[in-house]
Amino acid sequence: MTSVVVAFTGGAVVLWGLGRNLLTVNVLSPLSLPGRGFFSYQVFATMSTLHVAGAKQSRSLDSSVLSAIGRTPLLRLQCAEPGPGARVRVFGKAEFMNPGGSVKDRPALRIVKEGIESGRFDPNRHVLIDATSGNTGIAYAMLGAAMSFTVELAIPANASSERKRLLRSLGATLHLTDPLEGTDGAQAKVRNLVAKSNGQYFYPDQYNNEANWRSHFETTGPEILQQTNGEITHFITGLGTTGTFMGVSRYLQQFDDSIARVAMQPDSPLHGLEGLKHMATARVPGIYDADIATDQVVISTSDAYAMTRRMAREEGLMVGPSAGANVAAAARLARSIDVGTVVTILCDTGSRYLSDSFWDEPESATHVQSTPD
Amino acid sequence: MESQKTSSVKIRIPTPLRSYTNDQSTVAVGGATVEEALQSLTQAYPALEPHLYHENGELRSFVNIYLGDDDIRYLNGPDTELPDDAELSIVPSIAGG
Ligand SMILES: Cc1ncc(COP(=O)(O)O)c(C=O)c1O
Repeated sequence: MTSVVVAFTGGAVVLWGLGRNLLTVNVLSPLSLPGRGFFSYQVFATMSTLHVAGAKQSRSLDSSVLSAIGRTPLLRLQCAEPGPGARVRVFGKAEFMNPGGSVKDRPALRIVKEGIESGRFDPNRHVLIDATSGNTGIAYAMLGAAMSFTVELAIPANASSERKRLLRSLGATLHLTDPLEGTDGAQAKVRNLVAKSNGQYFYPDQYNNEANWRSHFETTGPEILQQTNGEITHFITGLGTTGTFMGVSRYLQQFDDSIARVAMQPDSPLHGLEGLKHMATARVPGIYDADIATDQVVISTSDAYAMTRRMAREEGLMVGPSAGANVAAAARLARSIDVGTVVTILCDTGSRYLSDSFWDEPESATHVQSTPD
Repeated sequence: MESQKTSSVKIRIPTPLRSYTNDQSTVAVGGATVEEALQSLTQAYPALEPHLYHENGELRSFVNIYLGDDDIRYLNGPDTELPDDAELSIVPSIAGG
């Protein structure tokens, strides 16, 4: 049974329950901004028409979980908008609606696909191994299950129990690494295992793999441009491996260099924003090029947590703290401009953080507005 | 009140904070409680303080401190008493990817 719910969000009608494509129907009609003229782009070239040649059991992947990756809705986030009368809209790309629950499904799929096409990865012979904070690992494990290849992951031991259980349920083998070394330590562990191995591993190295940002250049970026009818004026998102920021930004830059591309980081090396890196104190990913950013901003963990709670209570969107940080940053940006369309990323689902205590923190006077600009 | 005995405590510093501790991965301090041990740490390395504490002196809620394998949130918080030769870890959240 398919139930249809019709929701009214700021004048736009969203049909829920009829399949993902319908969710993207012109959520953007309300406000009219200086347009960039007719816009057309062949966005939905899917990467799911991939067959694993000679796989253990030859299976078609056409209607597999792979086909559910991408084409996520773009949601209006009124809790991040300056308020009635303002000519600024804020949207979040609902990446938590990917089947693996995060933005990392896209790069994982492209990494696997490029690995197979280049001959570096033979799913019958190789074990895919990489370091992860969780989400890329969940995406790899999901693909491994659907495409019948083996996945091993190095992950800091303090990853949440939800994440570790998800990974194991999807069939991945985990190498738990020192919590104090973070994902840098997990990367070192993988390099060690690969150096000692006799060629059984495919180590894509998401931090240094161009397929990571290219997945966003080829899918996330075009989708955002299409879903905003080409009217996006500002893109803002946090940096982890930096794949999302680099890929979407490069795509938007190529379309129109005047679109602002704002990179966000935690304000302190010790933060609670899982998935995001404080670049000054971290191993900087090889795919990162700071020159692509037109601006750099920081967000405090407490502002991010407060916005994560507001997203749940005011928008009905259960997202993780890095998405909360993105929306907090987008809200601040939205208050600083007169006219525009701001887009950010809702990186992963909040159900991955249910055991965290920040959900219960009382709202204090230090609301999102308190962050100094 | 009788003053408590001061235990010798080893604090493990996560990689992102080591630039504030002259690249040391562990710092030896004294203290009868978690709070006291952290205070002596930030006295020795004042640049650490804003990363661990709010301006009002409260430990930031997302800062994870472990006594051995146990999160102090599930013990007695900052007031958790320390045995001699205790090992505390400041555990960062997991960054990127
Ligand atoms: C929860 C979460 N947020 C944000 C990011 C950052 O995305 P990217 O790696 O594309 O920079 C990640 C990456 O792993 C993540 O897991």
